[in-house]
Amino acid sequence: MPEAAASPIHSRMKHQFETLAQQHHADTLGMWVFLGTEVLFFGGLITAYVLYRTAYSAAFAHASLTLDIVSGTVMTVVLLGSSLTMAMAVHAAHLGHRKTLAVFLILTIVLGLAFLGIKGHEYYQKWEDHHIPGPGFVWDGPDARAAQLFIYFYFALTGLHALHMIIGAGIMGVLLLQTALGRVRTYTVEISGLYWHFVDIVWIFLFPLLYLVDRHK
Amino acid sequence: MAASTEPLVGRTPNYLNAEHSVKSWLLTTDHKRIALLYLVSITVMFALGGIFAMLIRIELITPQGDLLSSDSYNRAFSMHGIIMIFFFLVPSIPATLGNFLVPMMVGARDLAFPRINLLSWYLYIAGAAVMLYVMVTGGVDTGWTFYAPFSSLFSNGRVTLTVVAVFIAGFSSILTGLNFIVTIHTMRAPGMTWGRLPLFLWSHYATAVIMVLATPVLAVTMMMLGLEHVFHIGIFDPALGGDPILFQHLFWFYSHPAVYIMILPGMGVVSELIACFSRKRIFGYGFVAFASLAIAILSFLVWGHHMFVSGQSAYAGMVFSILSFLVAVPSAIKVFNWTATMYKGSISYDTPMLYALGFIGLFTMGGLTGMMLATLGIDVHVHDTYFVIAHFHYIMVGGAVMAYMGGLHYWWPKLSGRMYPEIWGRISATIIFLGFNLTFFPQFIAGYLGMPRRYHAYSPEFQVYNVLSSAGASILAVGYLMPLIYFFWSMRYGPRAPANPWGATGLEWKTASPPPTENFEQPPIVLEEAYHYSDEEAPIA
Amino acid sequence: MMWPFTPAFPLQIWPSQASVGAREMDALFLTELGISALMVLLIFGCIFFFAIKYHRRSPNERPRPIRGGIMLESAWSGIPLLVFLVFFFWGAKIYFANAAPPKDAMQIYVIGKQWMWYVQHPAGQREIDELHVPAGRDVQLILTSQDVIHSFFIPAFRIKKDAVPGMYTTEWFRATTPGSYHLFCAQYCGTSHSHMIGTVYVMKEADYEQWLAGARGEPMAVAGGKLYVRYGCDNCHGRICPTLSRLYMQQVGLADGRIVRADDAYMRESILDPGAKIVAGYPNLMPSFRGVLSELEVLELIAYIRSLGTPALAGEGAGIGAGQGLGTAAGIAAPDAREQQGNQNATPPDANPHVTQSDRSSEIQKREGGEVRTQ
Repeated sequence: MPEAAASPIHSRMKHQFETLAQQHHADTLGMWVFLGTEVLFFGGLITAYVLYRTAYSAAFAHASLTLDIVSGTVMTVVLLGSSLTMAMAVHAAHLGHRKTLAVFLILTIVLGLAFLGIKGHEYYQKWEDHHIPGPGFVWDGPDARAAQLFIYFYFALTGLHALHMIIGAGIMGVLLLQTALGRVRTYTVEISGLYWHFVDIVWIFLFPLLYLVDRHK
Repeated sequence: MAASTEPLVGRTPNYLNAEHSVKSWLLTTDHKRIALLYLVSITVMFALGGIFAMLIRIELITPQGDLLSSDSYNRAFSMHGIIMIFFFLVPSIPATLGNFLVPMMVGARDLAFPRINLLSWYLYIAGAAVMLYVMVTGGVDTGWTFYAPFSSLFSNGRVTLTVVAVFIAGFSSILTGLNFIVTIHTMRAPGMTWGRLPLFLWSHYATAVIMVLATPVLAVTMMMLGLEHVFHIGIFDPALGGDPILFQHLFWFYSHPAVYIMILPGMGVVSELIACFSRKRIFGYGFVAFASLAIAILSFLVWGHHMFVSGQSAYAGMVFSILSFLVAVPSAIKVFNWTATMYKGSISYDTPMLYALGFIGLFTMGGLTGMMLATLGIDVHVHDTYFVIAHFHYIMVGGAVMAYMGGLHYWWPKLSGRMYPEIWGRISATIIFLGFNLTFFPQFIAGYLGMPRRYHAYSPEFQVYNVLSSAGASILAVGYLMPLIYFFWSMRYGPRAPANPWGATGLEWKTASPPPTENFEQPPIVLEEAYHYSDEEAPIA
Repeated sequence: MMWPFTPAFPLQIWPSQASVGAREMDALFLTELGISALMVLLIFGCIFFFAIKYHRRSPNERPRPIRGGIMLESAWSGIPLLVFLVFFFWGAKIYFANAAPPKDAMQIYVIGKQWMWYVQHPAGQREIDELHVPAGRDVQLILTSQDVIHSFFIPAFRIKKDAVPGMYTTEWFRATTPGSYHLFCAQYCGTSHSHMIGTVYVMKEADYEQWLAGARGEPMAVAGGKLYVRYGCDNCHGRICPTLSRLYMQQVGLADGRIVRADDAYMRESILDPGAKIVAGYPNLMPSFRGVLSELEVLELIAYIRSLGTPALAGEGAGIGAGQGLGTAAGIAAPDAREQQGNQNATPPDANPHVTQSDRSSEIQKREGGEVRTQ
C-alpha cells in the first residue's frame, strides 16, 4: 500500500484484513455500531425520565429550578468548544500536521476536564444542599418524592455522561501520547473524534431535558 | 460419509496444535480458540443450570414442598433461569459456532476485532464468576424476570450482585454482536455478495443486530434496578411515586428480542443442516434470508405480550397481540421452506440431520403454542402457568438447544479434526427427542388446567403430569450426558476427519480439519451461490 | 424425600368450566388447538414422508434444485396470516369483553398481600383466601396489592389479573355452576407464593343470600364515613375544598387545564398524593394520607364517597380508570366541570344515610371544643 513515507502519521494493517481500506472501513463501522448501542443505552434512561416527567410535570419543573442554569450553559459552551477543537484535531491529522494535532488534542482534553470540573462543582453543591437522593435527602415543598426522582435522574444521566467523558478524556490522552511518540494513526483520531462528538450530542439532549424544564414560565 | 483415507491430516499445523502453552490459549486472539474457550465455559454453565433443573423436577414429583424449603426452591428456579438464559442460551450458538464459523464462512482470516472478541470472553467469565459467587453466598430469589417492587424492595437475595453479573454478561453479548456485524459487512471474500451468503450468516447478522440494539436497554434497566435496591429512591416503588409496570416495560423491551437472539442462530444452523443432508439448496433462499431480518425487526415491537394481564391498557394489549401474530409469519415461512427443501432431495439420516428434523417439528409446536399465547383471550387464562413454561421450553430446548447440538455434531470434525461415533450420535439424538417431549408436553396440560408457574407445592390433581415431566427430565439428562462423553472420547480415539466429511458446500469445508490458524492462505474467491449442491463440481462426501 | 404417589384419579385433563367466559375461551382455544394439531401433523407428516421417500440411495445422488416462486411463498405466508388474523380478532373480542365490566356488576374488593388474599364485600363481609359469589350474576373484582405484584387467578373462570401496588385493576365474570374452585396467586411474590391460594365458592342465589346474612362486619361505606369524620375530612371538604357530594364519576377540571374523571383511581390518588391533581380554583392544601391509611381504609373511604351519589350523567362502567399507575386517564371532553362544582359548594356531605345526626353533632362538638384545624 502506498503510504506517505515522509509523513509521521502512518498506519499498520492488522493481519485479518486484506487492505488498509478494508481495515479503516471496518474500524469506522465498528465505532458507528458501538455508538448505536450507546444511543439505546442512554435512550432507555431518557425514556424512563420522560415518562416520569410527564407524570409529575409540576414537581419536575420545580426541581429543575435548583439546577444552576449558568453552569449548565457554560458547560454546554465548553463542550461545544471541545467538539470544535476535536474537529480541528481530526483535520490536522488528515493533513499530517503533528504539532497542530497535539495542540488541538490538548485543548480538547482541557475543555473536557473543565466540563468535568464544573460538573463536579455542581455535584458538590447538591451535596451541600442535601439534595442527594437517598436517606439524607432534604426538600422543602409538598412534592419531595417527585423531586427526589428528578434529582435521581439528574445524577444518573449526567453521571453516566460524565463517565463517558472521563473515558473520552482518557482516549484523548492516549492519542496525545501516540502523537508525541510519532505513532498516531489518522483514522484512529477520526474514530475517536466520532466518539467525542457523540458524547457531546448526548449532552445537547441532556441539557434541555434537565435544565430547561419550563424555564420560560 | 466415510472415515478419512487421507494421510495424517490432523498432524499438519493447525490452530489446535499451533502453540500449547496456557498463555497461548488465555491470551489468544484466534477466533477459533476463543470459540473453544466459550464452548468449555458455556458447557459448565449449562451443567450448573441443569443441576438446578434437576432439583426443580425432583421437588415437583410430589405435590407438597418437601425436598426444598420455599426460599430454597425460589432460589433454585431463579438460578436456573438466570444461568440458562444469560449464561447459556444467549451466548451459545453465536459465541461458539458463530465465533468459529463467521470468519471462515465469509472467507476471512479472523473476525474484524479479534482482541475485542477475547475481551467479550473475559467479560463473560467475569459475569459468570460473579454469578457463581452469588450462587455460593445465598443465591437470588426474584426469578430471572426480577419484577419490581419485589426485587427492588422485598427480596433478601443477592439482587445487586446478580444485576451486576447480568450487566457484565450483557456487554459480552454486545461486543460479539458488534464484531459479527462489522465482519459480515466489511470482510466478505471477493465474489461473496449478500445473495451468496450462507443462511447461517444471515441469521447471525440478524441476531447481532438484536444483540447490539436490545442489550443496552437491559444494561440500563439492571443498573436502575440495582440503584433502586441499594438507595430506595422509588423509581419502581409506588409508595414513592414510582411505577412497577415501567420496570416490566423496560425489562421486556430487551427480553423479548432476547428470545430471538436465542432462536435465530439455531435457525441458521438448521438451514445449513437441511441443505447439506438433503443435498439441495434451501428452497426460497431469499425468503428465508429476509425472514431472519423481518424477525429481528419485528421482535422489537412485541414486548407487551408478556404484560396482557399486568394492568396495561387493553388498547396496548391489542396492538401487541396483532404484532405478535405478525412476527410469527416469518418463522412459518422458514418452516415451510425447510420442509420444501427436503422435497425431491437426497436425504441422509446423519446425527446432525436428526437434530435438524427434531428442531423443525418441535419449533413448530412451540411456535403454534406461541400463537395461542399471542391470542389475547387465551393468554389471560394461561399466562404465568405451566403452559407458558412448556411453550418456551419447546422453543428454547426443543428448538435452540437441539439446533446447537446438531451444529456441534456437524462442525465437530472441523473443530476437532475427529469424527464422533455416529451410532451413539443417533442414539442420543433419539433419547433427547423422546426425553424432551415426555418432559414438556405434560406441562401444556398442567398449565391449561391451571397449575401456576414458580410453585413448589401444588394441588394434587397436577401430580400425574409432574411425575411424567420429571421422568422425562431424567431421560433428557441421560441424553445430554452421552455427547459430553463421546465428544471427549472422540478427541483421542475418534477417526481423523477429512476436510469435508459431509460433502457440504461452504468455505469452511475447503480448509483442513482442523483448519490452520490463518484459515485461508489467500482469500478464497466465491463464484457460486451458497448451496450449489447440484453443480457438477459440487462436493460429494 | 417421600414417595407417596397417590395420583388424583380420574385423571383431570380439562379444567372445569364454571363461568360464561370459560365456555367462550375454551371454544377459541379448542379451535386453535385443532388448527395447530393439523399443522403439526402436516409438517411432521411431510418430514417423515420426504425423509423416507427421498432417502439417499446412492452416494453420488445429485438432486436437481427446485426453484420456488413468489406464488408459493405468498400462499404459505398469506394463508397463515389470514388464519392468524381470525384468531386475533376472536381473541381480542373476548379480551375486550373481559376488560369492560357491565355497569351493574356486583363489586367486590380484593387486596393481595404477602401471602394472602383479603376479600372485602361492600356490604361488610370479609374473607381471607376465600371468595363467595352467587351464580348467574355479574361480579366485578377490584384488585390492588399492599406490597408486591400478585395475580388473582381463577382457572375455572379463565380469568386472571395482576394486583399491582399503587393502582387498581379489575376483572369480572359471571359464574354459572355452583361448586368450589381453585384460587391461585399467579405472579411470583416471594417465599410463600405457592401457598397464596384459596377457594372460590359459587353458590345458588338462595344460598348466597343466606351466606350474606350471616356474620358480617360493617358495610364499607359506613366504615368509610367514620374514617371521613375521624380524619377531619369534613373540616375542609364542602367548605374551602371541593365538595365530595355527587363527585363520583364526575368530570373534574384541574388547575393545569386538564379535565379528568373522578373515578376510583383518581380518588385514591387524591387521598395519597393530593398534590398531583389540584382542582381548578382551589388551593393545594390537602395533606397526604400515605402511610396513615391502609389500602382497605382507602377503599372504604372511596366506598363512602360513592355513597354520596354520582352526577346524573354518570359515565359507563365502573370507576376504574385505564389503570395507569402514574395517574388517571384523562376524562372525555365534558361540559365545564367547574359549574357543577360551584353549584354544590354549599351542600354539606350529609347525604350518607348511615351516619346519624347524633354521630355528626358529637364529632362537631369534639372538634369545636378541641383543636381547630387551620390550613
